[in-house]
Amino acid sequence: MQMLLSRQLAGAPEGDRSALARLVLGLLLLLLAAVAGLSIATGASDASALSVVESWFLETQETALSTRDRLIIYDIRLPRIVLGILVGASLAVSGALMQGLFRNPLADPGIIGVSAGAGLGAITVIVLGGTVLGPVVALLGIYTLPLAAFAGGLITTLLLYRVATRRGQTSVATMLLAGIALAALSGALSGILIYLADDRQLRDLTFWGLGSLGGATWTKIWAAGPIILAALVTTPFLARSLDALSLGEASARHLGIPVQRMKAAAILSVAAATGAAVAVSGGIGFVGIVVPHLLRLIIGPDHRYLLPGSALLGASLLLLADAVSRTIVAPAELPIGIVTAVFGAPFFLWVLLRRRDMLDL
Amino acid sequence: MKSPFRALSSIIGQGPCVFFSALLLSAHAWAAEDLPQPFEDPSRLVVIGGSLTEIVYALGEEENLVARDSTSTFPPEAAELPDIGYMRQLSPEGVLSVSPTAILALEGSGPPETVDVLEKASVPMVIVPESFHREGILDKIRFVGAALNAQDEAEELAADVSQEIAAAQRQTENVTERKRVLFVLSMEGGRLLASGTGTAADGIIAMAGGINAVGVFPGYKQLTDEAVVEARPDVVLLMDRGGDFDTGDEELFANPALAGTPAGQNKAVVRMDGSYLLGFGPRTAGAVRDLATALYDTKTLAN
Repeated sequence: MQMLLSRQLAGAPEGDRSALARLVLGLLLLLLAAVAGLSIATGASDASALSVVESWFLETQETALSTRDRLIIYDIRLPRIVLGILVGASLAVSGALMQGLFRNPLADPGIIGVSAGAGLGAITVIVLGGTVLGPVVALLGIYTLPLAAFAGGLITTLLLYRVATRRGQTSVATMLLAGIALAALSGALSGILIYLADDRQLRDLTFWGLGSLGGATWTKIWAAGPIILAALVTTPFLARSLDALSLGEASARHLGIPVQRMKAAAILSVAAATGAAVAVSGGIGFVGIVVPHLLRLIIGPDHRYLLPGSALLGASLLLLADAVSRTIVAPAELPIGIVTAVFGAPFFLWVLLRRRDMLDL
Repeated sequence: MKSPFRALSSIIGQGPCVFFSALLLSAHAWAAEDLPQPFEDPSRLVVIGGSLTEIVYALGEEENLVARDSTSTFPPEAAELPDIGYMRQLSPEGVLSVSPTAILALEGSGPPETVDVLEKASVPMVIVPESFHREGILDKIRFVGAALNAQDEAEELAADVSQEIAAAQRQTENVTERKRVLFVLSMEGGRLLASGTGTAADGIIAMAGGINAVGVFPGYKQLTDEAVVEARPDVVLLMDRGGDFDTGDEELFANPALAGTPAGQNKAVVRMDGSYLLGFGPRTAGAVRDLATALYDTKTLAN
């Protein structure tokens, strides 16, 4: 597929790529469906997804599933796939949004403080959950950590937004610099907590930082899903404005784009989507950078196609990475952040080497 | 990056929360009604926690084992069983894929989401508490025995282990000059990650008649050079991880603060296998004896 697309590209590198982009979107949708199918069919156990499908249509004694298989398919693999799609899509779309907003190919959601804030929230719960925060943990149970991570991300982002906004105008440059300062502050606070942590908690921190979709439950999806979906639904409305913004802020304003409103909407969407994603899955790197760049190489920088394309490709790649993480050391599990980086980084380098000229960074 | 990860991974089930271990230290043996009900069907048993696996083997109940966690590496036969991952990061489908009918898990196994799913799958699960002194080991044995319906064997093993540990501890009864022992978990950039109180290392040092040189903070912390001097260790205790991963004497005493302590001047370093030293299972009596022998002159030790 890659080769075919490359050849088409070579034919008309400067032209209108809308037709190609629409074709790619269709293919990505098929890819996502295929990967989701593969994910539900594979896993550490031999539970068969086929027999589940059979049981929908034929309610006979033979096709009645064992409780164990039913549990594995409905309560372990299915929520995990749904969560993988949501998280993958939100990470990739957030990356694309940030790169468009900051007009910087290196931008990712980390820049607006979501990751650092969410990390601080998570570390606080892991380290203090057994002592100072005991009552909170008793009240919220296993949802304390995702909630704290989400709150940490959102609070940091709002703080940063306040700092960078003067007389109704948000300066992306100030935001970038203030983001670095806030990340350092979050890092220091996390450092204090890490110092207080015992070695079991240190292990938990390490694993949280490496990311996992392993804790996927329907309750988590009901908690994080609506937030992520709301943010994803907002993004297509920002596509036109982001395209205009690539000409520069002043030009965009002259084109009649409500730049300030657009910035606020983009930052809030990213904070919400990334915050929710990080909260339920920990730190999964590389998706937000690799996916949008990969797509830009193929379909160009038009955000109308780039944003939905990023969602589809991000979801597919994360599901694929999760399938690897679930099966490669079965019955144990490899943290997914390792998989995304181990496969993502060299692949991205290879793409860069081959198509440097196309990237025009 | 590699070495702290390995260092941490080789420690089996360290102190839960400091507060809890403090509580448990004062607790006595568990009353019979606190012990778990026997598993209805232990035919496909999964064990999570290295010391529990050792106990299952010591009780002779190993024929039912179908899988173990990554901390269960002793006896060597156990290491041949399928590995379901690190005890704190178990994957629900991974555990279910070995079709367990019973799960024995050390306190702190998780994450909670996995435990939730396993409960939903109605796999009977017994959580075994852990604390770092002799009674703690005996409780573990009684818990495992009760869960596997091997109460008599468990009592027998507990009595043996209790006696062995008591004998090992008696060795150092008459030692007048207690050695100050500094347990070093890892060395990163020349700085020492040392054990404070409430850890397995703290427990085993006390049992072997030593004094933890840094008994001022709970858990593992990085020591400043001044704290190292202040600790005045007579002996440095390390985990033997085998081969090139070991912290060598040279690297250890390249730290000028440590080189100036009594341990540094005498090059007094003891290395012991991590799961043997810190497991708090049936082999602990041997670990106490070995450590005591390494710490003290045989003449000062009683038989």
